[in-house]
Amino acid sequence: MEISVTKLILAAVTTCKETVSGVPVFYARNQDEQEWITKTLSRVLEAVAHDLGNGTYILVRH
Amino acid sequence: MGQELSAIACGVAAGTLARYLMLRRDFRQYPSYPHAVATHLALGFVAATMGAVAVPAIVAKEYTAVTFLALAATQFREVRRMEREMLQALEHSELVARGKDFIEGIARTFEARNYLAIMISLVTSGTAFFFGIAAGLGAGAVALALCKALMRGKLVKDIALVRPAEFNFRGPNVFVEDIQIMNLGLPEVREVYTKRARALILEPHNDAAREILANVGQRQAIAHDAAALLGVYREVDTAEFTPLLRRNPDTGRVGMLIVPIEPDVKCLVTAVENVPVLESAAVNPLASRAGRCAAD
Repeated sequence: MEISVTKLILAAVTTCKETVSGVPVFYARNQDEQEWITKTLSRVLEAVAHDLGNGTYILVRH
Repeated sequence: MGQELSAIACGVAAGTLARYLMLRRDFRQYPSYPHAVATHLALGFVAATMGAVAVPAIVAKEYTAVTFLALAATQFREVRRMEREMLQALEHSELVARGKDFIEGIARTFEARNYLAIMISLVTSGTAFFFGIAAGLGAGAVALALCKALMRGKLVKDIALVRPAEFNFRGPNVFVEDIQIMNLGLPEVREVYTKRARALILEPHNDAAREILANVGQRQAIAHDAAALLGVYREVDTAEFTPLLRRNPDTGRVGMLIVPIEPDVKCLVTAVENVPVLESAAVNPLASRAGRCAAD
């Protein structure tokens, strides 16, 4: 039987360092860089990018 | 002896033919042609033979022969397991998964259709044995027509009104009318949705329909069939383009958002309307006093 993990936060991409901890965090210097990193990670990890609205994107495997 | 053999031959022919007619290879292309079809025809032949020999065996007082029917149950439960395992293994290859409920429904149908083939061949051979071949074939045709009529399940259009709807973004969150579907982080993804996505609302006709649409497996089956028919604008690494159905718990209405390859919304409505209602999702709270009372 195959076991897989779903609904898992794989990484966070933020411009606001103090808002995230506990997962792999990628810091971006500005919003353009943040969107680029988020897009790249979402494709590589096959995850969906969600915007938390506080300057942080999370990448979640559903 | 001649009478027995002709009755059995009639039963086998009718049962096998019935199994062939019940193999509905529509847009799903399942069972796949030619090998899976050959497998199921062979099993249908075995089922038909078991059913056909039952009446002549009882008349000849060969009661042990009838116990073979019990073996059929074990045999065809294997068919169910085989189908389930195969579809589950293939699930990883689908861009939009069928879901466990849909797979279980398909597997159950394959098993049940073998039992129906047994019953049709039994009716045919029994009638042919006592009343002649013509009567037997007539009875077989009636039994097949009855099976087809009684085993026809409901479709989504029987339980809900399906209509096109508007969707909008509130920040990163996308809504179909008042139903929140999901949070889409990337502006680029939101742009694709704005250009290409199509939205539907499914309005349940009554409380029973509301509960059917609440079933997650039923909603997954709708997403799968819609994506299979109209195509889906996603690749393995773009999970955000997976079609989603979410419901409003206040009203029971379900919103659907999909990015299809073919943008014709009328075709999308037709595709969703013709999705079967899964047996595992079917509930009828209105059949109980508490359910009727609560529905007031």
